[in-house]
Amino acid sequence: MRKLLFESLIRRPLTERAPAAGDAALAELAAALGDAARRRLGRSLSIREVDAGSCNGCELEIHALNNAYYDVERFGIRFVASPRHADVLLVTGPVTRNMRDALERTYHATPNPKWVVAVGDCARDGGCFAGSYAVVGGVREVVPVDLHIPGCPPTPMAMLQGLLALLERADKGATAP
Amino acid sequence: MPSLTDLVLEGRSIPQHRPWPRVAVDTSIWEFAAGELAHGRWSLLGLWGEPSTVHMAILDQQAAAVAVVSLDCPDRRYPSVSQRHPPAMRLERTIRDLFGLSPEGLPDGRPWLDHNRWGVRFPLGARIDALTQTAPYRFLPVEGEDMHQIAVGPVHAGIIEPGHFRFTASGETVVRLEQRLGYTHKGTEGLMTGASLERAVRLAGRVSGDSTVAYAYAFSKAAEAALDLTVPDRASWLRALLAELERLANHFGDIGAICNDASFALINAHCGVLRESILRAAHSAFGHRLMRDIIVPGGVTRNLDKAGKATIRTTLDNIRLRFPELVELYDNTASLQDRTVDTGIVKPQLAKRYAAGGYIGRASGRSFDTRRTLAYAPYDNLRFEVPVLNEGDVNARVWIRVREVEQSIALIDQILERLPDGALGTHAGDRREAREGMAIVEGFRGDVLVWLRLRDGVVERCHLRDPSWFQWPLLEAAIENNIVADFPLCNKSFNCSYSGQDI
Repeated sequence: MRKLLFESLIRRPLTERAPAAGDAALAELAAALGDAARRRLGRSLSIREVDAGSCNGCELEIHALNNAYYDVERFGIRFVASPRHADVLLVTGPVTRNMRDALERTYHATPNPKWVVAVGDCARDGGCFAGSYAVVGGVREVVPVDLHIPGCPPTPMAMLQGLLALLERADKGATAP
Repeated sequence: MPSLTDLVLEGRSIPQHRPWPRVAVDTSIWEFAAGELAHGRWSLLGLWGEPSTVHMAILDQQAAAVAVVSLDCPDRRYPSVSQRHPPAMRLERTIRDLFGLSPEGLPDGRPWLDHNRWGVRFPLGARIDALTQTAPYRFLPVEGEDMHQIAVGPVHAGIIEPGHFRFTASGETVVRLEQRLGYTHKGTEGLMTGASLERAVRLAGRVSGDSTVAYAYAFSKAAEAALDLTVPDRASWLRALLAELERLANHFGDIGAICNDASFALINAHCGVLRESILRAAHSAFGHRLMRDIIVPGGVTRNLDKAGKATIRTTLDNIRLRFPELVELYDNTASLQDRTVDTGIVKPQLAKRYAAGGYIGRASGRSFDTRRTLAYAPYDNLRFEVPVLNEGDVNARVWIRVREVEQSIALIDQILERLPDGALGTHAGDRREAREGMAIVEGFRGDVLVWLRLRDGVVERCHLRDPSWFQWPLLEAAIENNIVADFPLCNKSFNCSYSGQDI
């Protein structure tokens, strides 16, 4: 283990921050997100993820936000275990009828001020599952949505960009509930 | 002792079914088959309904034979399979929930996917109004002194899918775990009915996001079987490449996550990097990180160019360099092994009875891998081993994954080396009459089964059976007498799909 840790010390970090030509957007985004998050929430933004019926594809990419490449915690953004600790609900999936109550309750368990980010094409309007007897539809059918991040699933980069957009809007007080 | 072939001869053959036989049988043969399953001579591969028919897919592993037996039940009743063979239990509860067909003698009368929230009962069958009163779900009773219950979910603490776990514990020890699933039920099989092949394969690829390749693969193979289509060699080999990349990405994710749930974050961090490297290679070679919507009936939609090939090779070279260090670290960390060894044991007998697929079965002595046992192209032309262990604990499920990572890398090497040239697909012919097909494909989690009937160029009925159906129940058994704190570890070592089983 020592060898592995030592190697990690001397290896170049994997985290995407060098403003290489293709990755300039991410570097820019990283800095902006950090500033906005700090202004609004004092260096911390706590996210509670709620799968309201997704296929799990979006969850895989949300997980990726925590890997060494995206390392979302460096911006003070972290995923928390309870809605009671959260500022943001990150909701995926077409909301299934069987998950509707749980989503509503999770929303009400989240203290104000709070924001809801709907992640993925299904979260907008039910996506390819719209019209099913078992599906309510998009997240906004059940709880107020502040931002939607499209994609099937959205890439981790798209999600970082989305969180930034949310923070900018929140800063202007446009969507504070 | 009659073989599965003898059983097939007893029934009325349905000629439009491919590639395995399907026969319509009477009640006595149906019950005989259930008995053979109960005696462990055959394995249950699937059990699904139609408005007035039930179908059962059976595997005779020794003969590598598969058959579907179908029982008409015009009066909406059929003899329960699970009264003899418990692995059928949740499937029969589902058939009743979706189609209103009553399994006579079913030992558990509670609904499974139907939480009385749909506004309709039997949505794929007779469709009657929902019950006006919602009866609370009765969890199994527990008796004894000093028991307490812990209710977890459906919204969990991690970034995972929703489901409810009801633990009954005596002190720290789990006496019983009862699962309640169905929260992510999207009615996918209902949406399939009437869907074009194009839409249907997209839906199939969204049954379980981590297995999007495996599902699109299985659906496409089933459709091709039904339509007698031959997939060009290059497409067939590219499909295997996609499937092995998906297996690698998921196994890295799992190995890391299991160690993380034993509070060993270092391996998780490194496995996360390896997983990301696969997703990036997939994106650069095929245009999508999870390789979604690339496999379609008839072939594949994306070619692999020289640059894509080179990216995959470089990625694998890096993994060959990095992964052994992580394996060595896992093997040499006593505090980690202390958590994984002897934890969450699935006995081989139980794995066999439930015909548990994937690493769960193979960590408990069940040597079954669709790529080998029911080999399909191009795996019949590739060299690989199917690792099997007998311990059945969390540690064994980690090691099976480690070995499968090595096998997948070797497979990808062979595929890249020998990838044939040629077309990427063939067009589905225009067929009006009813055609039926079935396919079983080895996803990272185990065998994914798809059965379908096409008519007038659209899907008339499609059933998609996730491997998790036969794995979830074993988690209930595995956690018994373990401590509550080891549940996340056991659960992660299973990594069953919620969306796949909720369908």
